[in-house]
This record gives sequence, structure tokens and C-alpha cells, in this order.
Amino acid sequence: MSSIPNTLKYASSHEWARDEGNGIYTVGITEHAQGLLGDMVFVELPEVGDAVTQGDDCAVAESVKAASDIYAPLSGEIVEVNEALADAPELVNSSPYEDGWMFKIKVSDTTELSALLDAAGYKNSIDE
Amino acid sequence: MANQTALHGKHLEAGAKMVDFFGWDMPINYGSQIEEHHAVRRDAGMFDVSHMTIVDLKGADTRAFLRYLLANDVAKLTVPGKALYSGMLNEAGGVIDDLIVYFLQEDFFRLVVNSATREKDLAHITKEAGAFGVSVTERPEFAMIAVQGPNAKAKVATLLTAEQQAAVAGMKPFFGVQAGELFIATTGYTGEDGYEIALPNEQAAGFWQKLLDAGVAPAGLGARDTLRLEAGMNLYGQDMDETVSPLAANMGWTIAWAPQERNFIGRKALEQHKAEGTFKLVGLVMEQKGVLRHGQRVVVDGGEGEITSGTFSPTLGYSIAMARVPATVGEVAEVDIRGKMVPVKVVKPAFVRMGKKVI
Repeated sequence: MSSIPNTLKYASSHEWARDEGNGIYTVGITEHAQGLLGDMVFVELPEVGDAVTQGDDCAVAESVKAASDIYAPLSGEIVEVNEALADAPELVNSSPYEDGWMFKIKVSDTTELSALLDAAGYKNSIDE
Repeated sequence: MANQTALHGKHLEAGAKMVDFFGWDMPINYGSQIEEHHAVRRDAGMFDVSHMTIVDLKGADTRAFLRYLLANDVAKLTVPGKALYSGMLNEAGGVIDDLIVYFLQEDFFRLVVNSATREKDLAHITKEAGAFGVSVTERPEFAMIAVQGPNAKAKVATLLTAEQQAAVAGMKPFFGVQAGELFIATTGYTGEDGYEIALPNEQAAGFWQKLLDAGVAPAGLGARDTLRLEAGMNLYGQDMDETVSPLAANMGWTIAWAPQERNFIGRKALEQHKAEGTFKLVGLVMEQKGVLRHGQRVVVDGGEGEITSGTFSPTLGYSIAMARVPATVGEVAEVDIRGKMVPVKVVKPAFVRMGKKVI
């Protein structure tokens, strides 16, 4: 069974979002998702300054097995991306909730948070 | 319920991620398929290939039968133990399966065929064997372990008796020998040195454990696929099937055209394919970011083709693929990756052998 921290919010498409304060949310993919994808080989990230909309694809996680779109769990502006993934995409596998984070969004509409799942809801959605 | 090999318990014990592979519950990886891949290229890894089908053929006319059944010619097998890779074709010249045939005795040859094609292979072989009075016996009582990598043979040697060591000493590539309870062959699907070892099911788990203790890393189907693709070896069902001529699957070298008078199944159709010309299977290399995938469209000089197998190459650090394209192909091509045309290099379909880049 994979780890699903209680402190995060989740999209059913397997992204997590962590509240960093000041409307900034860090985004990555769940441990369950990295397990499904297998060894990560490239992560194509959005550009800082990009405007993203909740539910739109904004990054691509490419594993040995498949290329998978990553969807923005919240709308807003990309304020930072995890440059470390360029040289070490495997961080998404080894540390999906910490070192393997993907990007940070300055959220424009916090009411969108209600569309996300809590840990129990996400756990139900993946039926673990 | 899915079939399980004699090593199923060992896979679960090692925490393998199991998947369905044509009706068999098999390990895709034991954690990281890239690490498993590197273990095989740099040291020694092992695969459970017990799902593969061993078929023994016996009878005085077995050689004559195989000269009719296979596109390659078992007349090349003159020394007992010697093995040959061949396509088994239908009358239309399509590939029913690819296999390895071992010459054991004049009245006893052994085939190792794919598990995904087991039923149709057995049906076809049995049907054609009748006229030659050859008996066809599947050997499900054997498990099979492939031990591959630069240190594979040395690590296996630590488990062998003196007699077994003597039996395999100096054995050249593509040979097999029965050594005590083990059938040990110098074959593989990785482009590395090593053995494929068939042994009774009830001994498989114990032998696997001894290999683990000798420092051989278990590797799953994921690593098996990236290794064989780097080595430029075809995967049946993906790089060729019954609708594909071996000439369009980089298997031209496995067709024995001479002697002219040898009639084998598919020969007439192949001669026509050769006269008309076919697509060819080439290698593609993409050094920029991204991964080439099965099914992607490939635009080459004079037409379009398709990627049959694509992956990220852990050894090279970039993506490689095999693609079937018009024979007019030049040295470069473009691949349609999710709507974006990306330039790639065209090479012979072999990328890594014996741990070294060969492109």
C-alpha cells in the first residue's frame, strides 16, 4: 500500500497539492502514480510565468513505460519549477512528495480547492 | 486464474510487481527496471523465462521435418548441441513465431518457442509433423532461468558440479548441453554473455535462491524488453507477426535460400516478397529529450512507416526504436511524437552489445 499523506490535497488524476502559504501550492504526483508509471526518464515541466487552468495538462511525465500528462490541480500562475528533475527525474520515483515535486502555482481562485480530494477520498478513488 | 511459474513464490518474496503476460502472472520489475537493466549490462542478472514453451521433437525424420518447417536450415546444425535461430512461417510468408532449435541427436531436436504463441505453434507443428512421423512433446515440467551479463557465467559456475563445469567449459555461443539435471545453453535475449538454463520445476526455486546468494540480481520483463531492444532483437507480436514478411523484420539473415531445391513452408511467398521488395526494419536514435514509442508514425525519404518497438535506452541515456519503413529510407527520419515532428537518426537495428554502444 502506498503512502498518502493527510496534509495534502489530491486530484483524481493522481496529482497532489501542498499549501505553502500566501496562495502558493506545490504540485507533484502521488506515490501510487509513480508506481504505476515506473522508472521516470524525463519530466517536461511548464515555464515559470505560464498561466494554468485547473484540469488542463501542463507537464509530461515520461517513464520507461509510457508518457503521461500531468494536469494542473488548481488554476493560477507557475512561479517555480523543480529544476533538479532535469538531471534526476528518478526523484519522482524515490521521493514523490518531497524532492520529486514538479512545480509551484500561485493560485488565483482558492474555491477550486473544494474540487480536490482529501487523503481518504483519494485513497478511495484508487481503491487501495 | 493466471498461470504461475515454479518461481512465482520467489518473485512475491522479492516484492516483485506482477503483471499479466499472455496468461502468465510474471514480474515486470522488482523495484527499478533501470537498475535491473544496468545489473545485466554491468554484472549479472536473471530472468524467469519458465513461461516459454519447450517442445521436443523425436523421430528418424526430425531433421527433414525441420528443414520443411523452418525458414532457416537445420542442415547447418552438424555438431550435437548446436542451436539455430529461425522464423517459422505460414504459406503466405508471414511469421507464425520465431524460435530457437537445438540439435541434440539425429532423432531428437528441441525447440524453444514463445509463450504468447504457444497454442497456435503447437497446433501448427503437430499438424505438419504427422507426415514425417515426428512426435511432438511439450515439456511443461521444466522451468527456465536466463542468467545474463558479463559476470553471469562465472557466477553460475560457482553452483555447478565439476562434471557440469566440464560440460560447459569452452562452450561457444548458441550451444546447449544436458549437464546432470540442467540443460544449459549459451543463448539469451540481452546482447550479453550468459546462459539460459532449463531445469525440473521442483528444483527451480532452490537454484534461483542460490543464484541470488551468488549475487545475481533478479530482473523483470521491463528490463528484459529494454535489454533486447538495445541488442536489436525482435519481439514477436510487436516487431513481426503473421502479417509481416521476415524480410520486413530484419530477419533476412535467418532465411536459408540455398540449396534452391529445399522446399520450406513460405518459400514461394518469400521469393515473391524478395522480387517485389518489402519495407525494412531499421533502428532509430533520438538524442533529444523524449521517448520513442510503439505505433508512432515515421516519415522517411519516399514514404511513411511506423515504430514497432521504442523505449528509453538506460545504457545510452536516450531513446531508441525499431521502425518498419519504406526501403527508400535515408540516414535521417522524422517521428510524429504527439503531433510534433521530431528528427531522428536512422541506424542498423542494434544499439548495444556486450555492454558497449555499437551505433
